[in-house]
Amino acid sequence: MNTHVKITSDIESADLSRRSFLVGTAATGLALGYSGVPGMLGSDQAFAATSNFDPSVWYSIAPDGIVTVTCGKADMGQHIASTMAQIICEELGANWKDMRVQLASNDPKFNDPVLGAQITGGSWSTMMNFDAMSRAGAAGRMALADAAATAMGVPKDELVIRNSSISHPKSKKSMTFAEIVKSGKITKTFTPDELKAINLKTPDQYTMIGVSVPQLDIPSKTNGSAKYGIDVTLPGMVYGKPITPPVRYGAIVKSVDDSEAKKVPGFIKAVILDDKTGTTTGWVVAVANTYANARKAADALKVSYDGGPNAKLSSESLLNEAKRLQSLDDSGLFFVKDGDTAAAFGTAAKVLEAEYTTSINIHAPLEPMNATAQLQGDIWHVYSGNQFATRSGAIAAAAAGVDPKFVVMHQMWLGGGFGRRLDADMMVPAVQAAKAVGKPVKVIYSRENDMTMDFSRPLTFQKIKAGLDGDGKLIAMNHDVVSAWPTKRWGIPDFLTPSVDKKGGLDGFTVNGADFFYTVPNHNVRAILNEMAHNATPSGQLRSVAPGWTFWAVESMVDELAHAVGKDPAQYRIDMLDGKGANAGGAQRLRNTLLAAMGMSGYGTKQLPKGEGMGVACVSSQERASASWTACVAHVAVAPSGEVKVKKLTVATDVGTQVHPDNIRAQVEGAALWGLSLAMYEKATLKDGGIEQTNFDSYTPLRMSQVPEVAISVISNGEKATGVGEPAVTVIAPAIGNAIFNACGARVRSLPITAQAVKESMKA
Amino acid sequence: MPNLNINGRSMSVEAAPDTPLLWAIREQLQMTGTKFGCGAGLCGACTVHVNGEAVRSCQTSLSEVSGKKITTIEGLSAKNDHPLQKAWIAEQVPQCGYCQSGQIMQAAALLAKNANPTKEEVVAHMDGNLCRCMTYSRIQKAIMRAASEMRTASTGTERRAT
Repeated sequence: MNTHVKITSDIESADLSRRSFLVGTAATGLALGYSGVPGMLGSDQAFAATSNFDPSVWYSIAPDGIVTVTCGKADMGQHIASTMAQIICEELGANWKDMRVQLASNDPKFNDPVLGAQITGGSWSTMMNFDAMSRAGAAGRMALADAAATAMGVPKDELVIRNSSISHPKSKKSMTFAEIVKSGKITKTFTPDELKAINLKTPDQYTMIGVSVPQLDIPSKTNGSAKYGIDVTLPGMVYGKPITPPVRYGAIVKSVDDSEAKKVPGFIKAVILDDKTGTTTGWVVAVANTYANARKAADALKVSYDGGPNAKLSSESLLNEAKRLQSLDDSGLFFVKDGDTAAAFGTAAKVLEAEYTTSINIHAPLEPMNATAQLQGDIWHVYSGNQFATRSGAIAAAAAGVDPKFVVMHQMWLGGGFGRRLDADMMVPAVQAAKAVGKPVKVIYSRENDMTMDFSRPLTFQKIKAGLDGDGKLIAMNHDVVSAWPTKRWGIPDFLTPSVDKKGGLDGFTVNGADFFYTVPNHNVRAILNEMAHNATPSGQLRSVAPGWTFWAVESMVDELAHAVGKDPAQYRIDMLDGKGANAGGAQRLRNTLLAAMGMSGYGTKQLPKGEGMGVACVSSQERASASWTACVAHVAVAPSGEVKVKKLTVATDVGTQVHPDNIRAQVEGAALWGLSLAMYEKATLKDGGIEQTNFDSYTPLRMSQVPEVAISVISNGEKATGVGEPAVTVIAPAIGNAIFNACGARVRSLPITAQAVKESMKA
Repeated sequence: MPNLNINGRSMSVEAAPDTPLLWAIREQLQMTGTKFGCGAGLCGACTVHVNGEAVRSCQTSLSEVSGKKITTIEGLSAKNDHPLQKAWIAEQVPQCGYCQSGQIMQAAALLAKNANPTKEEVVAHMDGNLCRCMTYSRIQKAIMRAASEMRTASTGTERRAT
């Protein structure tokens, strides 16, 4: 992560290092969690006084021994709730069969201990919560052990704790967790220092970490019982269907004619949104007694628009503007500025330049965006699967015109996130429709609303200029990255990265990855905001974010350089991963990962048939400080028509420590196939200010018939656990592009890769 | 007021005959396991069985299913123990899980007719069902596991019968 990221300014501090950890008997069992007030001591009554289960605790143990962990992270299929339970279970000594999970509200007590907010992304969760969850589990075990020692009349240090049971081998006495909880009042407070002083298990003592326990959420996802945001039902609830304008952003509603809609049975009202947060523009919600009727009414409404300032823009306009900005010497801000590239280019024996682009891409999680809003007394209750409850609650509050403290966000399972549910647009129609009709409203986007109003992966344009010395060694690189800035749009200054020369804040989430681990003595990376794209296509974080495009450029260019000097592209990379200076450690891990992928794939060991080739790429996604070292060897066959068939993807990834090996494989495979889908099959375009693709007939993510053989090797070397949800996305496209070059000599520099582009490049 | 024969029960729903079956199931009957994904028959999240055939409930009106036998994920098995459901857990298939009701219903229609499908038959039958988490290889494995279990079970039954 970027270590400067802390958004604690307007919310209660979540710094757990200043909080006590409380264990106390409550009416419904044993409750364990951090105190709500920093530094508060002896506050067992805070829990003991609670007559009902207090959802602000991190976990609880019921009198029947069931341990329920409250997860403050959004669970969008990465099974993070189950993983949090697993980390607690390890230190607590519970039986996995006794573990349950539930999802948190937006109470700041559930804020990420490192990030200081409820936000799920960046492949951060396991890495940033491992220590806090481990200590919470250990504190629970110690409290239970104290109580058991007293109850059994035996010395505490002779107890053996496992499988939800505490036994004393010498006396053959034992008590289950359930019996201890039932036995009476347990009170223990750990000061911050005491909590920090707990000796956690060492890896050789693990019995849960590293074991592929059955994911707690999976059974409910095989029988239809898992509840997603779209499944929320409230008494007296009605339904809303957005009518979104033909222009992605900037349109204004001129008039709404509801004369035909009024003929639809059950139609209640057409609500024109007044969105002072600027999240949406020109939206209307058709409200009716059922969603089917709301859809009918939406179709019957006649809305006329002023298309606004972006109504004539297209993908071509955005790309042309990007090229114009890149050509200016004073554009952008420096993310990397090492050495003196200008001087180095002057001495270079060879200079190469290349331009790389990626298209607009759409998240399209399979659960369309939705939210359900209900006003009860002074409190707005909002139900929605959401990756950024802290900010979404604030957007909902602004839409309602109330202070954020009057909004309770109820987290649901997410029917896919991929970064889409970091955004909060769905809060606005739900809250304003509910306010307008005086009833709870569930707003569900149609797929067409969802696709055309996506906070998309931005169109990107990158130019790399590289200088080589007489030995073919890369001595200078200028790398310009031009795009909309997704994070700037959030309006949270702390999420921006100061430029290296302190001239301003740049969106690090557009250039991460460009600060790679190759040793290049003179290296500049400029982050350039494409204001036109920023306004016309409000962008978001799409699974893997910047490394999804920066490594497309870097890993393609490095390949081009290797070929230009007649070196094997894999060996060329290995030579640059020498681990000098700040690259020490990381570079060697990345080198080893690349070697692992090469070994598994048989890279360079055999002559491939004509028209086939293998290509390599290696990445340090997501960010320098949180990299999961990942390499890919892609094996492709290219037909004379330019059609590319991906035969096999071999992926190796170094994740330090594996909490759940099977889940890591599932995530890495999903990420790799996302990478393939973005590389080959997914393309969105802007025309007349609107996204042209509206459903899965024109925007076409990977289907089962397009899945190649995927081989995965996970390297676990005892380093700290790193994230796995995203890095493999970023390594696939360049590996495929490089394989295509090796197969047929065609160099593609634009994503997605099309047969036409391959064929044209073959001719050239 | 249309009457639906759904999961072995007869239920009446308050909805116009042209209402998509999907919304009647989800809203009127409060069975939310069947999911809305695209509203256009392109993703398969809303798949249910009508007289044993896998159909897209977002593209099927109430009037089309009158008198027919409808099965949703909630009615696929009595105890959530259809061989596919067990295989989905054994192979730890779901990630976000949103498409999986539809995947399971689509696969169940295949196995009801062909308990020994080839990989190619599985892919051809399942290709209309999107999984945005890309769990495709585990879906395939789970279908093969369930098919194998169903064959073993039916062999066992035959033996007992003779």
